[in-house]
Amino acid sequence: MATEPTSSFLEYAPAPESTAILSLKSDYGLFIDGEFVAGNGTPFATISPATERHIATIASANAHDVDTAVAAARAAYDTTWSRLSGADRGKYLFRIARLVQERARELAVAESLDNGKPIKESRDVDVPLVAAWFFYYAGWADKLDYAGLGADPRALGVAAQVIPWNFPLLMLAWKIAPALAAGNTVVLKPAETTPLTALLFAEILQQADLPPGVVNIITGAGETGEALVNHPDVNKVAFTGSTAVGRAIAKSTAGTGKRLTLELGGKAANIVFDDAPIDQAIEGIVNGIFFNQGHVCCAGSRLLVQENVHDEVVDRLKARLSTLRLGDPLDKNTDIGAINSREQLERVRALSDIGEAEGAERWSPACDIPTDGFWFAPTIFTNVSTSHRIAREEIFGPVLSVLTFRTPAEAIAKANNTPYGLSAGIWSDKGSKILAVADQLRAGVVWANTFNRFDPASPFGGYKESGYGREGGRHGLTAYLESSGWGADRGLRSAPARIESSPTKKSRRKQAAK
Amino acid sequence: MTRLTIPKTYKLAIGGKFPRSESGRTYEVVAADGSFLANAAKASRKDARDAVVAARKAVSGWSGATGYNRGQVLYRIAELLEGRRSQFVDEIVASEGVTRAAASTQVDTAIDTWVWYAGWADKYVQAAGNGNPVSGPYFNLSTPEPTGVVAVIAPQSGASLLGLVGVVAPALVSGNTVVVIASEAAPLSAISLAEVFATSDVPGGVINVLTGSPAEMAPWLASHADVNALDLAGAEALDWIELQVLAADTLKRVLAPVGGIPAPSLERIVAFTETKTVWHTKSLI
Repeated sequence: MATEPTSSFLEYAPAPESTAILSLKSDYGLFIDGEFVAGNGTPFATISPATERHIATIASANAHDVDTAVAAARAAYDTTWSRLSGADRGKYLFRIARLVQERARELAVAESLDNGKPIKESRDVDVPLVAAWFFYYAGWADKLDYAGLGADPRALGVAAQVIPWNFPLLMLAWKIAPALAAGNTVVLKPAETTPLTALLFAEILQQADLPPGVVNIITGAGETGEALVNHPDVNKVAFTGSTAVGRAIAKSTAGTGKRLTLELGGKAANIVFDDAPIDQAIEGIVNGIFFNQGHVCCAGSRLLVQENVHDEVVDRLKARLSTLRLGDPLDKNTDIGAINSREQLERVRALSDIGEAEGAERWSPACDIPTDGFWFAPTIFTNVSTSHRIAREEIFGPVLSVLTFRTPAEAIAKANNTPYGLSAGIWSDKGSKILAVADQLRAGVVWANTFNRFDPASPFGGYKESGYGREGGRHGLTAYLESSGWGADRGLRSAPARIESSPTKKSRRKQAAK
Repeated sequence: MTRLTIPKTYKLAIGGKFPRSESGRTYEVVAADGSFLANAAKASRKDARDAVVAARKAVSGWSGATGYNRGQVLYRIAELLEGRRSQFVDEIVASEGVTRAAASTQVDTAIDTWVWYAGWADKYVQAAGNGNPVSGPYFNLSTPEPTGVVAVIAPQSGASLLGLVGVVAPALVSGNTVVVIASEAAPLSAISLAEVFATSDVPGGVINVLTGSPAEMAPWLASHADVNALDLAGAEALDWIELQVLAADTLKRVLAPVGGIPAPSLERIVAFTETKTVWHTKSLI
């Protein structure tokens, strides 16, 4: 239940970022073979989740359009991209990085408008990381021999990439930058609710003179993505999104020989020991779960607090939450923006109601909720037990579940008690304890005394049902390459001499008709 | 008068013990010429599940050992294999119908492969890991770790010992534990290898060997929620796509059939690992 703010705070005058920088079109087509073309599916509207106002009408790709896009990517791979030197591929990526920087403010405004995230995040986190991602992988394009797969690793061919709505442009960068650096061509489908920045990015590709067909961007709903990942002429599928869809993709691509990377859901434990630097921990907890309204697969949604500091941590957390500003995503002072869609808002509400019904104690600071748009006040649940659904299921919203522990062993057991394994946080001033606990956590990214840090040089991805494969860093590059050794495809190389004569045709996996 | 020989009873290897199948079933293993060689246990789905339980129990100890320690334990197996060369040669000659020279070469290659993999135990992390130069005051290190329990369908034709070694060793190196379905037609060297494991320093449950029908057992392993990865190396003749579909329910890491015996590779080790990236703040000084 909402309570009065525990501290009074200055009232700020509105400080909205101007949308004048945008020159949006009223309709956007599909970006195929370097041009915007009409789609054959039923067009849909993209709206601002903060106001529910119409932004633009977006074309929808049907199976025929998917065919056209994949064919364009294949032709570009065969005739252009695979024949370019790595250095030249890199130059295109450097151009893209620079253009993203030059149009950074415009992209940030468009992202906040379409997604609902606070402008200070799109401006200071998303877009700078997008540029950084292209810069980082640009430099790899002519250095693939050092990727760790031996000399002359090969591109895979056409990559089908499907991305979520929580970091629309950043996820695009995570997918496209390494794919192009490695020499693949791309068909990418942005999320239905957040296609805008991907389409602005298509304009950037035109400005960069990227050869037509190297990157194709097709918009649409789930069926478009399904048609894309199941297209027979696709060699690689990269998906970021829900575990349920990831599972379906793993099934539908089984036996096809398509290489697959999946970055799926999470239910990260953020572990606070009693010797943690509490000031930093409070900021880290807030950043961990309320960054991007909690629409983060690696969000620190389960706070595990050592029992003896539980009350102090929760009290200070409540005080800190009372100072957060919820409202207009384009306002530079906004901390919490809009929930991305009505559907997501319903899900967050439903799981929160279940949390209450199951006996956890719900708390939100007093905050004004705008009348239009999709909003959810930052929420903390205390008295949560490991069996509660709010401690097990991904809520993907600004909802924190607080649990307690007494010993490091108990913290580790609780942290690992989930089918997910994407990320985790540890807060303690004792380095040796942090390293020992980090060793035991079954999670792909562990943040110690920090949370939600991302960097193009740092691999990101999950254990268990959070998916497989890594994005970022050298590891992220190899997800788009295969070794050119005689046993490529799960590469078989560097064997003792005598064994190299043992069987094995070059093992291309069965191109099975499922 | 010639001495009556003492035929060996081939059983399963689960959790460091050698049980018969709980189903009580056996099947005839025949020589290349069709003559009777031995009765092997025909493991059931219950045996497969028991093997997964044993493998899971062994994960923390084996994955928690140092790479140096695992390397030594694995090397010790090579030493014991070397001492039992003639037994393996005899079994291979009998069950595969190859010459003694060919069987000898296979055993040599298997032992050398084992040694090659043993040497990776304290190195693969350096080859597959990475220190990452992130743009900020953070220590950032990516290291591969074992994924957990790996279910393996060993190559079903060709060199039976080498086939088994080629799939079991790479999964073990990083600290995974293994449930392996041996070659159905030529399981003898698999069980004898399990006996070598039992007399080495490998903790019980780290390697579990099932004999019997891969077609019968594989779906239970592929769908088992406590199996982390599935190596379909020898599943070419099975409906392996269906196995991969079953494995997708719990998002297992899956290696597709290789068509023959997989050659030694670092990739095969890394395929059964997870990369963990640890960030740590650096203070301002």
